[in-house]
Amino acid sequence: MIAILKYNAGNITSVKNALNRLGFASIITDDPDELGSADKVIIPGVGEASSAMKYLRERGLDNTILALTQPVLGICLGLQLMCRYSEEGDTKCLGIFETDVRLFPPVDKIPHMGWNNFLTLKGDLLKGVSLEDDVYYVHSYYSEICQSTTATCDYILPFCAALETKNFYAVQFHPEKSAGIGEKILQNFLNL
Amino acid sequence: MLKRRIIPCLDIKEGRTVKGVNFKNLRDAGDPVELAKLYVKQGADELVFLDITATIENRKALAGLVERIAGEINIPFTVGGGIESVNDVSALLKAGADKVTINSSAVRKPELISEIASQFGSQCIVVAIDTKLINDEWMVVVNGGRTPTTLYAVSWALNVEDLGAGEILLTSMNNDGTKSGFSIDITGEVSRSVNIPVIASGGAGLMKHFSEVFFNTGCSAALAASIFHFREIDIRDLKRYLLNENISVRC
Repeated sequence: MIAILKYNAGNITSVKNALNRLGFASIITDDPDELGSADKVIIPGVGEASSAMKYLRERGLDNTILALTQPVLGICLGLQLMCRYSEEGDTKCLGIFETDVRLFPPVDKIPHMGWNNFLTLKGDLLKGVSLEDDVYYVHSYYSEICQSTTATCDYILPFCAALETKNFYAVQFHPEKSAGIGEKILQNFLNL
Repeated sequence: MLKRRIIPCLDIKEGRTVKGVNFKNLRDAGDPVELAKLYVKQGADELVFLDITATIENRKALAGLVERIAGEINIPFTVGGGIESVNDVSALLKAGADKVTINSSAVRKPELISEIASQFGSQCIVVAIDTKLINDEWMVVVNGGRTPTTLYAVSWALNVEDLGAGEILLTSMNNDGTKSGFSIDITGEVSRSVNIPVIASGGAGLMKHFSEVFFNTGCSAALAASIFHFREIDIRDLKRYLLNENISVRC
């Protein structure tokens, strides 16, 4: 069973719909036991960092996430919450990835919204994906490139498109909205 | 590189896709979900669904349609039509819409933009601005273009950006349905004035109209309806054409 973390973030149903299309059943839950026993956990997300972290802390879900040992995938805000710190709402985050999240400098349109390809690419999650493949982004904050970075994208500056450390994976783009290539990436995660 | 987006727009009336000229003389253009699936296959980058006859009775039906679309479509889509409150937005997002668009209600109640942005994030609120050249000034018009306002398009665009809109869908009513090309001047002016993405709309008839608007304005996306519905332009051909014109698009 795939568990999708239920918290105060948007687009949770689109992740569930995408898993359905791939033939995988999933539950949307914030129950620590259900999350702990799931084969895979997805932390989706469109939303605001400080209110999301507050929501997770109030329910002890921050510790639940940190204790997970199965493959975990953070998407968009999910990725940002897995970093150390976010400038959005001056927020201390989960600290899974040794990097910080910053607001794009206002030298081009913000949010970074639309389809963009990769600057660099490696890792199991993005197996079979090529640099020219476009995926869908919508975000105003980005995470800085670090040791755990497995893919980068260029908009205003190069930033983390994907990260991996131990059992934790994260992508800044929305695989659930990235047509066929997004489905391939979700399938890669489900095959881990 | 961030790609310029091509966005087919589906006007919905009682569950069917329709299209008219200058918002009149509506023609049937088929089942919205089937049409949407075709556009995804052709490489559309996003979709917009506008319920042009949205009423309270229709709202539940619209949420049902959104659920059907969300189940089948693997690219982002925006839904609009008759949204008056945060609750309306919540219902559409819950049904699976990625973004919502508001138009007349934003002019009537600008605070609705900030309410939606603070509750669901700027990324999900697209403010649609219909504009018309009145006495040589691009003015905002509402109610499907029927009612003029005293707002200038550029200052209203700046205002909606301040209020938290994540994107602007700008339609020139002078060009809409004419197939004579997008309005370059107001699209360029609005796009240069704001720091959020602008979607150009109204007037697409030929492939070169898309390259013109992308070359000459800073717009992030271009939206069209009838040329796609009536198979006058295939999105795949359009994107090949734009690539040849050195415009970066997703293929």
